[in-house]
Amino acid sequence: MDEIAPEYDVVVLGTGLTECVLSGVLSVKGKKVLHIDRNDHYGGEAASVNIEALFKKYGNYNKGEEPWKKYGRANDWNIDLVPKLLMSSGELTNILVSTDVTRYLEFKQVAGSYVQQGAGAKATVAKVPSDAGEALRSSLMGIFEKRRMKSFIEWIGTFDIANSADHKGLNISTCTMKDVYDKFGLEAGTRDFIGHAMALYQTDAYITEKGRAPETIERIRLYGNSVARYGKSPYIYPLYGLGELPQGFARLSAIYGGTYMLNTNVDEILYDGKKAVGIKATMVNGHEPGKDMKFETKAGKILGDPSYFQDKVQVTGHVLKAICILNHPLAGTNDNDSCQLIIPQSQVGRKNDIYIAVVSSAHSVCPKGYYIAIVSTIAETTANHHLELAPGFERLGRIEEKFLGPPIPLYEPLENGANDNIFISKSYDATSHFETTTDDVKDIYLRAEGQPLVVEGLREGTNLVGED
Amino acid sequence: MAARGPGSRAGNSRFAQFKLVLLGESAVGKSSLVLRFVKDQFDDYRESTIGAAFLTQTISLDDSTTVKFEIWDTAGQERYKSLAPMYYRNANCAVVVYDITQASSLDKAKAWVKELQRQANENIIIALAGNKLDLVTEQPDKRAIPAADAEAYAREAGLLFFETSAKTSENVKELFTAIAKKLPLDQAGPRNPRSGPRAGVDLRPEAPGTQGAGACSC
Repeated sequence: MDEIAPEYDVVVLGTGLTECVLSGVLSVKGKKVLHIDRNDHYGGEAASVNIEALFKKYGNYNKGEEPWKKYGRANDWNIDLVPKLLMSSGELTNILVSTDVTRYLEFKQVAGSYVQQGAGAKATVAKVPSDAGEALRSSLMGIFEKRRMKSFIEWIGTFDIANSADHKGLNISTCTMKDVYDKFGLEAGTRDFIGHAMALYQTDAYITEKGRAPETIERIRLYGNSVARYGKSPYIYPLYGLGELPQGFARLSAIYGGTYMLNTNVDEILYDGKKAVGIKATMVNGHEPGKDMKFETKAGKILGDPSYFQDKVQVTGHVLKAICILNHPLAGTNDNDSCQLIIPQSQVGRKNDIYIAVVSSAHSVCPKGYYIAIVSTIAETTANHHLELAPGFERLGRIEEKFLGPPIPLYEPLENGANDNIFISKSYDATSHFETTTDDVKDIYLRAEGQPLVVEGLREGTNLVGED
Repeated sequence: MAARGPGSRAGNSRFAQFKLVLLGESAVGKSSLVLRFVKDQFDDYRESTIGAAFLTQTISLDDSTTVKFEIWDTAGQERYKSLAPMYYRNANCAVVVYDITQASSLDKAKAWVKELQRQANENIIIALAGNKLDLVTEQPDKRAIPAADAEAYAREAGLLFFETSAKTSENVKELFTAIAKKLPLDQAGPRNPRSGPRAGVDLRPEAPGTQGAGACSC
């Protein structure tokens, strides 16, 4: 086996999406990268796994049974561990295009975006209107409210933060979003789906905190632009699951000289004073136990996910998540092969929204006839978590298989890396898309490299693609 | 991008595109074989693969039949057994390379064939290529693997077999042509979702039918 180089510019620990985007970009920019994962597969917490691996991960079967066998070939399943979708005009899409990683992936639209109104037996599900025309046809609003909504959406579409003449007499940078809603006379139910199903806020804090109107307007525009790009919904999704994304960026890094090692444990971070300067690690050879490869290498800096630095991170909250296997689409979603359904917190007496993300065989993540629905929310209690997700389960109808683990802690780094030369990512949060993930990528890049990440133009001058 | 598989027919001409992956131990000449095939170049001191990992080359089988290979190189990810499942996904054909002057490299090649049979499409076409034939032509005692041994293994495992030289280009074109001839050009209907007309969305801004980051259409 080849020798590991004595020194790398960057050693990256964990092959989650955040880490793989960073190694890809750093490699393209000429940095010598060593990328390590303790697992035998790419993706870390953002991996997609087959159904046998999922059963084994959750352990929800009796010893001696092999419940996955009734679901066909295990490898026909690619089940995401993180329930997220890509905004089609979002930053991850931009990075994928700017780096040409789209070459390795194929995307499909998510067929619809829905929101629940009411709760229990009275709950109804409606498509989220994405433009003025849809707003006028929507069942979510009465006739007069539709007109108010139409004028609000049209205003958002032309909004320019620099043009204060068009700000309806509001000081947009200091007012609240409530002030904006009040200007348009929007009803509570309308505010609910604008804030939760379009701006994708999970709580109502954005309404009354001063200065959050521009951000809210941006989020609604991102939603509108994303729907406008391909129609139907603002979301796209990679065939074979989200686990393809880290693999694609890892390949980009490898093409630009990045070295990849799976099955490799980090034994020790080496320090010079307070600063991390290298690692000791062991690549485990599962087939020949005596043949593990121990090595030591210097690192200009170290990047990694929170699981590699348990003493350098703090818990900021917990996500609840249940992965459900269905053999039918969600009721009320037009029999779509995929969708997002949001249950706003106000509708079910919670503080945080419940999300349901559904994908199916149309996305090559399961055999024909099956649907994978992930129900998730931010934990608000310390026990009986299945009850917190119950309004989501009600929307699913008959469930073939349910994988529900303990609350998942969300970590973020205690320090920014300036002192210890270690730049740690955040956990994948409860949002339904990757916008906060790419924010984290940019933040880590800025902290580690001392300059903002510019992805535009990265593919220029690269030779990722041979001449056609 | 993705392999199109059995191809389109326009008039009397046929065109089909296939994904081809390369496998084999480090330094057996995987990239060199591809560079010879695609660009008709050879570099004696080529470093481990950097940069050129997505190449295409077209072969005309006859006046009316064209096969386009979309060739994926390992990008060095095989070195520490870290090839991603993405690499094997929807590969229509594979070239497993060994070095005829390195005895252990055929064993490694056999292991890669097993890995392909485990991870790739069941009807993938696999060719075994014993590379560095030029070294043996110059100095016959350098040969570590008799052609007959490798050929016997290839026959048993149902693989195409060639001894090649990326340096002199001996048998390189023949290797890829033999693969092209074995591909299911006439098979009706694509086997996998990546074949046939593109089912998904195209993210590239220049692609027709996408609007890029234009004005909000709210």
